[in-house]
Amino acid sequence: MAIFRSHVLICGGTGCISSGANEIIGSFKKELARRKLDDEVLVVPTGCHGMCEMGPIVVVYPEGTFYCKVARNDVPEIVEEHIYKGRPVQRLMYEGTGEMPVVPHYKEIPFYGKQLRIALANCGYINPENIDEYISRGGYEALGKALSSMTPVEVIEEIKISGLRGRGGGGFPTGLKWSFCANAQGKKKYVICNADEGDPGAFMDRSILEGDPHSIIEGMMLGGYAMGADEGYIYCRAEYPLAIERLKNAIAQAEGYGLIGDNIMNSPFSFHLHIKEGAGAFVCGEETALMASIEGRRGMPRPRPPFPANSGLWGYPTNINNVETWANVPQIIVRGGDWYASMGTEKSKGTKVFALTGKVKHTGLVEVPMGITIREIIFDIGGGILNDKKFKAVQIGGPSGGCLTEEHLDTPVSYESLTALGAIMGSGGLVVMDEDNCMVDVAKFFLEFTQRESCGKCVPCREGTKHMLLLLQKITEGKGTMEDLVTLEELAYMVRDMSLCGLGQTAPNPVLTTLRYFKEEYVAHILDKRCPAGACTALLEYRILQDLCKKCGICAKNCPVHCIPGDRTSGYLIDNDRCIRCGTCFEKCPFGAIEKK
Amino acid sequence: MEQIKIKSLEDLRKIREKSKDLSSARSGGGTTVIIGMGTCGIAAGARDILNEVMTELARRNLDDVAVQTTGCIGMCQDEPLLDVIRSGHRVTYGRVKPEDVALIVAEHVVNGRVVEKLAIGRAD
Repeated sequence: MAIFRSHVLICGGTGCISSGANEIIGSFKKELARRKLDDEVLVVPTGCHGMCEMGPIVVVYPEGTFYCKVARNDVPEIVEEHIYKGRPVQRLMYEGTGEMPVVPHYKEIPFYGKQLRIALANCGYINPENIDEYISRGGYEALGKALSSMTPVEVIEEIKISGLRGRGGGGFPTGLKWSFCANAQGKKKYVICNADEGDPGAFMDRSILEGDPHSIIEGMMLGGYAMGADEGYIYCRAEYPLAIERLKNAIAQAEGYGLIGDNIMNSPFSFHLHIKEGAGAFVCGEETALMASIEGRRGMPRPRPPFPANSGLWGYPTNINNVETWANVPQIIVRGGDWYASMGTEKSKGTKVFALTGKVKHTGLVEVPMGITIREIIFDIGGGILNDKKFKAVQIGGPSGGCLTEEHLDTPVSYESLTALGAIMGSGGLVVMDEDNCMVDVAKFFLEFTQRESCGKCVPCREGTKHMLLLLQKITEGKGTMEDLVTLEELAYMVRDMSLCGLGQTAPNPVLTTLRYFKEEYVAHILDKRCPAGACTALLEYRILQDLCKKCGICAKNCPVHCIPGDRTSGYLIDNDRCIRCGTCFEKCPFGAIEKK
Repeated sequence: MEQIKIKSLEDLRKIREKSKDLSSARSGGGTTVIIGMGTCGIAAGARDILNEVMTELARRNLDDVAVQTTGCIGMCQDEPLLDVIRSGHRVTYGRVKPEDVALIVAEHVVNGRVVEKLAIGRAD
């Protein structure tokens, strides 16, 4: 077998593909063949590296040189200079600061420095379309270990010791959940992977599905073995075509090796796995709605109990875990529950993957040990706020989470600490906001999402979120009253306490936390008819500062609704009745003579 | 090709062993071989040396050796240069000919014995 002296890893995650990774892969192959290097250099498409903003990302081994924003034209240079002549291309390396103007290696980049990758260990490191690469990194070793030397009870015990909790947001202890299902009576049992990731700004599950599908499959099989289930479903939204394609391929390869099928590794354990493509309804992330959808019914939740562990899919005992939870399982079995429990805080063990988005310098995917502070995630790993503006708030846990402020930045991240502040761990979305974000507008944005995604089964969620949204619209248009604020809060508690499922129960969180931490912004909208951040267009007013104005007429020429009358001798004035507050004049004025307030 | 079935942990480990090369280049390797591929090196025949190193490693199935290239280090008169870093010690070989490669791999890379007659420098 030929040995490849160098491996060129090219990120093939959705983020990098959209910035041209597939073209890069093609040009690398072409260029290497042209220079007759193709039998000593291997091109490996991988999953997501996490630093999506710097994509397409190329890592050249054995040196581990990290190249950012690689374009097709850069490929011949990398091949000739680095791979052939051994001179890494400095201009494509990550730009550092101070003593280290360029950062050549993966591990020295601050974005990766504080990360601890367990669920993402293989993402960006192996080719997700080749099962042998997964096996070469110790894949399916956990399954082999469990089938040959552990009883199902021992597997559950190990998960209990690890302290692993549901990574989908609920945070329920995984080992305990498994034991419920294991103890339930049923002639058939199911395990399900919840891959219905739908929060705005969240993509950690997608990255694991795309970058390391076998870790999820192996985790589910271990769960199946522990609970006595011989069939599994992965419920993945159809909007993730690449994830589904790679999952299908991974299942086929595992079946080819006999790792999925009957009497796996000559043991009595058999397991079959299916993919169910969901139509992308947010509510189908709720477990009872998800199961209804698999059964072919309309995706709506039902009251619990009975819990899925006793009566789940088609009435049989069923266990549902999130993608990230399953991906952690194989390593816990191989390395032991104590190893996993050695990381994190007292009640929240291990690591958590966060999707860092919004007004932060390095958006992307990060995996950090529990107990790290929010400040470390945003400022040390994320590099701080975009354009060096001022940090204002961070929305944790997606539309079901809450906004936290500057004073909470030093809170160690754990399930308990976030819940105490009114946010939730959720699936791990972190949307960073700066001084230009209006908090009322943000609350409205998230509520618009949950309101639209409400399935309509229970009244509090269907009607409550609708009316909360109407109140927020009224406030952002400057038509709100102080009484509306009281009604809004009252409604929020009502929806939270009376809704049937998690969607409604958590939907008011953005409103409640912004009311709690940013009440003065609501009041400014109502009493002063003013949006302090200058984001709510209905409350904005543009004005020409006559002493700065040079009467050049650029504003008038660019105004799309021609509402700046005047001429070059007498000057210009904005007609606020006709102004649509698009901000074009503000942007175009070369003298900064237009004021926005 | 007939589909292999994994019937036991041993079968799995066999495949793991066989696919070691798939990710070994990414883990750095135990020993590093560096070939000077500056213009001077290439002119003196470094490309043949690199090919020879790869052939020799493949023949001996040595998959935990990282092979790197590097640019001109200024000793152009002694090119082609080949460095071996083993257990933290770096030895430079100069004026390497393709037929020397097998010897360097066998003696130094595998057995850890420096080939004195070809070594021109060392750094620890």
